[in-house]
Amino acid sequence: MSVSWNKDIDAALSQAKTQHKPVLVDFSAAPA
Amino acid sequence: MACARLEAESYADPQLSSFIDQKFVPIGVHIKENPAGFHRFDSVWTPTALVLDENGKERHRIEGYLPKDEFAAQLLLGLARIAFMQKKWADAEKLYEEILQKYPNSEAAPESVYWKAVSHYKSTNDHTVLGEVPKTLQQKYPNSIWAKKAIPFAA
Repeated sequence: MSVSWNKDIDAALSQAKTQHKPVLVDFSAAPA
Repeated sequence: MACARLEAESYADPQLSSFIDQKFVPIGVHIKENPAGFHRFDSVWTPTALVLDENGKERHRIEGYLPKDEFAAQLLLGLARIAFMQKKWADAEKLYEEILQKYPNSEAAPESVYWKAVSHYKSTNDHTVLGEVPKTLQQKYPNSIWAKKAIPFAA
């Protein structure tokens, strides 16, 4: 089990605003 | 997604991943797949994790790897900061207390002692709570920078 990452930044930010939830942004350079 | 070690230790942890999915809208940005996304938030290094409020304003930045408990404590610091900036003093105080209860040996703990007291002061205007902070920090976290920052509270 891992985190359900969103890849579309703008869509996720809109979702956060709609749902009144904070956002966690993770930046990685590791192989996917 | 995520730094391989952070992924293996923190994001793959069932309890922590569930906490993240429940409390946050999580966004994963791989710098090679999405360099524009990386630079959009002024990121300069990986791993980096940002806690943003619901309006997308950055409230906490975690640069570099941290072990699971330290990372979890930092996420709570981010949530506490959001509550503090929204002037939800009771919520902030509760989150700082949660850090102290769950992660008393983390680097986030002395910072939580400081900001928990400030949150209480903000909600009550009772400055006596600040006077206790230097003593607490000197006793529990004497080498923390927060022990130094709290020195004026003793005056």
